[in-house]
Amino acid sequence: MSSIKIRTKRLNGNTQIRTLITHPMENGRHKDKQGKLIPAHHIRELWVEHNKVKVITCHMAGGISKNPYFDFLLKGGEVGDVINITWVDNQGKTDSKPYIIK
Amino acid sequence: MLKSRRQFIKKMFSIAVYGLAVSSNFVCAKLADTQWLEQSFQPSSYKETLKHLFKGVRLIKSKRIKFSRLPRVAENGSIVPITVASSLKNVNKISILVKKNPIPLIAEFHLSPAVEARVSARFKMAKTSDVIAIIEADGKFYFKSKKVVVAVGGCGS
Repeated sequence: MSSIKIRTKRLNGNTQIRTLITHPMENGRHKDKQGKLIPAHHIRELWVEHNKVKVITCHMAGGISKNPYFDFLLKGGEVGDVINITWVDNQGKTDSKPYIIK
Repeated sequence: MLKSRRQFIKKMFSIAVYGLAVSSNFVCAKLADTQWLEQSFQPSSYKETLKHLFKGVRLIKSKRIKFSRLPRVAENGSIVPITVASSLKNVNKISILVKKNPIPLIAEFHLSPAVEARVSARFKMAKTSDVIAIIEADGKFYFKSKKVVVAVGGCGS
């Protein structure tokens, strides 16, 4: 199961891209039930590609909420265009998902 | 037969060395990048973070940056929604900062001309603080800030 959910919506000739990612986004300051610190585990970089051209790069740390939600507004965008979202976290894990605009 | 095998091994070896050289170069470039980022996302004071990110830059207060969905009172500091939108032209970077968070820099969005200057996200706040958005447009830096009251902090203790 992919960790990325993508939805798009047409908004006055533009395309709104909404994405929801399943990720703990631990900032390394929370404690577990035994009182031990949970190590930091958060997305470091996320990028959005539109027809294989990178349009957004986002750098972040543990300051973004658990299961991060982002929404962007792409100028134009046609039905059938491919949106691709990729993330990389601080533990080297990565995930990517393509989405075709309906 | 043996000779060709030797040649084959030689060739493979040279390819491997070449590959290693290329990838290590790539890794080095990546490392420098992550080091810079690491510093941006270090726990430090708001002032230090600003100094690191926008050294020698004059920040201009702008009315052309709009916050929507950012509440005046956030009951749960672990999920605070924000939408930053701007009518400024040629916006290529949007940074979101929280003044009193352990790590003040929340996120940096690098935008290409193919997207509108409008991003939404959800972030964490430790306590009541100013939320600042800094936008880079045409080489100039604009900012807007808004105070958000936090009932329960969401950054751990």
